[in-house]
Amino acid sequence: MSKARHSPWRSVAAHAALITYTAIALFPVIVIIINSFKTRQAIFRSPLAFPDEKSFSLIGYQTVLAQGDFFLYFQNSLIVTVASLFFVLLFGAMAAFALAEYRFRGNTLMGLYLALGIMIPIRLGTVAILQLMVASGLVNTLTALILVYTAQGLPLAVFILSEFMKQVSDDLKNAGRIDGLSEYRIFFRLVLPLVRPAMATVAVFTMIPIWNDLWFPLILAPAESTKTITLGAQIFLGQFVTNWNAVLAALSLAILPVLILYLIFSRQLIRGITAGAVK
Amino acid sequence: MLAHKRPIRWHIAVFLAPALLVYTIVMILPLFGTLQLSLFRGTSGGQVFVGLENFRTLLGDPRWSSSFWNALWNNVWFFIIHMLVQNPIGILLAALLSNPRLRLRGFYRTAIFVPTILSFVIVGFVWKLLLSPIWGVAPGLLDLVGLKSLFAPWLGKEEYALTTLGLISVWQFVGIPMMLIYAALLSIPDEILEAAECDGITGMAQFWKIKLPLILPSIGIISVLTFVGNFNAFDLIYSSQGALAGPNFSTDILGTFLYRTFFGFQLQIGDPNMGATIASMMFFIILAGVCLYLFAIQTRLRRYQF
Repeated sequence: MSKARHSPWRSVAAHAALITYTAIALFPVIVIIINSFKTRQAIFRSPLAFPDEKSFSLIGYQTVLAQGDFFLYFQNSLIVTVASLFFVLLFGAMAAFALAEYRFRGNTLMGLYLALGIMIPIRLGTVAILQLMVASGLVNTLTALILVYTAQGLPLAVFILSEFMKQVSDDLKNAGRIDGLSEYRIFFRLVLPLVRPAMATVAVFTMIPIWNDLWFPLILAPAESTKTITLGAQIFLGQFVTNWNAVLAALSLAILPVLILYLIFSRQLIRGITAGAVK
Repeated sequence: MLAHKRPIRWHIAVFLAPALLVYTIVMILPLFGTLQLSLFRGTSGGQVFVGLENFRTLLGDPRWSSSFWNALWNNVWFFIIHMLVQNPIGILLAALLSNPRLRLRGFYRTAIFVPTILSFVIVGFVWKLLLSPIWGVAPGLLDLVGLKSLFAPWLGKEEYALTTLGLISVWQFVGIPMMLIYAALLSIPDEILEAAECDGITGMAQFWKIKLPLILPSIGIISVLTFVGNFNAFDLIYSSQGALAGPNFSTDILGTFLYRTFFGFQLQIGDPNMGATIASMMFFIILAGVCLYLFAIQTRLRRYQF
């Protein structure tokens, strides 16, 4: 292992640099959350102080919860994200298996074709996507968003998963074949469980941009009943610009669920990123 | 070959079909549809083929070309900020974190990545509030270090707004280069570092002479990801400055320009054909960047197999 002499001040310097940057990264989030629990006067008089008995107030949260259909938006976001994730993982794994397992004419070409979408963003096709959705009557439905996000997530999913599936031992699969398992069973029973860690990585990479996307909800599904939480928050914030309590509370409500999920899964996420997603 | 003897292997088709169908119908065909639409012009009698006329309008007609070059130049500046600020900071943080004897690594890693998981809408608004002269968090902080006179409403000034937004975006995304470089640094085998130490190369010299050349391919990938991401950006500007990318279009980038053109704003009505033309220009710019990376840069990078 690295046995270079580490002078104590060097490690102090490293910690100082990292603590400074951590403070920069967290400061804005913390300021927003602590101020969301304060009265309007306290927000302006001492923005950096923690709320005490005198300045504590939940008025912002009451406004937000009375005002917007945040539960509906939240539900929409959840449906879109979970459904897209399911299709990306299922279809992506199936295609990745076909590319990694079988030799057939056009295999490499197919791989390149599917990888094209990693570099070329789907947004550039928006004009024609909207026309397609209008023609098929899918505008203002969650289905439109699910379709678009599935297509958006597939290229990277196929790419990463096929790398991992190449590592699954051939002996195992051939043993399955000798035991008379069909190709479908080999895929679902043998291969899928073995690549579960890679699936988790793909899931995280796919999920964050879908949950946070503003462009497609704004264009394909801006109706009241199909708004996602990101679009809902955007519109709410625009309307309540001058009501600082409400704006701060809405921001905190939007940050907290993601933050909690992140803290629960951060170990997995970081392991996923560092475990050969990009080599 | 084998295919002549064996029956058609239907399962391959079954495995490939769903992904291929969704991807082709929702992504590839609309991309080409958009390229095609940029060659037409909508009239009362339907779409008429006009060749490259739309591109000529975009680049030649002063009303269009000034907006286009403004958006393109802003986009280039946005990208330069990311390359000069985000990636060096990311590499520095990763280099500090990759020291195996550092304590609290997990905590730093987790904390620095937090902004990356937040949505643009939240990030845009949070910074709009923090930098607002009404609220006084930013002037208050500057006052603590005696620099209050430096404060300006950065997001509202034409000359600062775009740079400020670029730095906000850097703040949000620095976690990504940090993680990817961190992964690359971890994958350098210990034997190489030990050999370097035997030769007396340690500390900074070790980073510059041994580690940096080994992580160059990762830096290349990060640069191209940054490029694609920046030339495709929209959300942050839209949610903090609106579709008009104020003040006075000083923060207008290709994404917001495309949105305004396609959907219209204020008195101008939306124009799908010109929107498609702008999207096609973005497509060619991104394609050119990616090809430049793949053919000119990646092939020259030396890869080391461990």
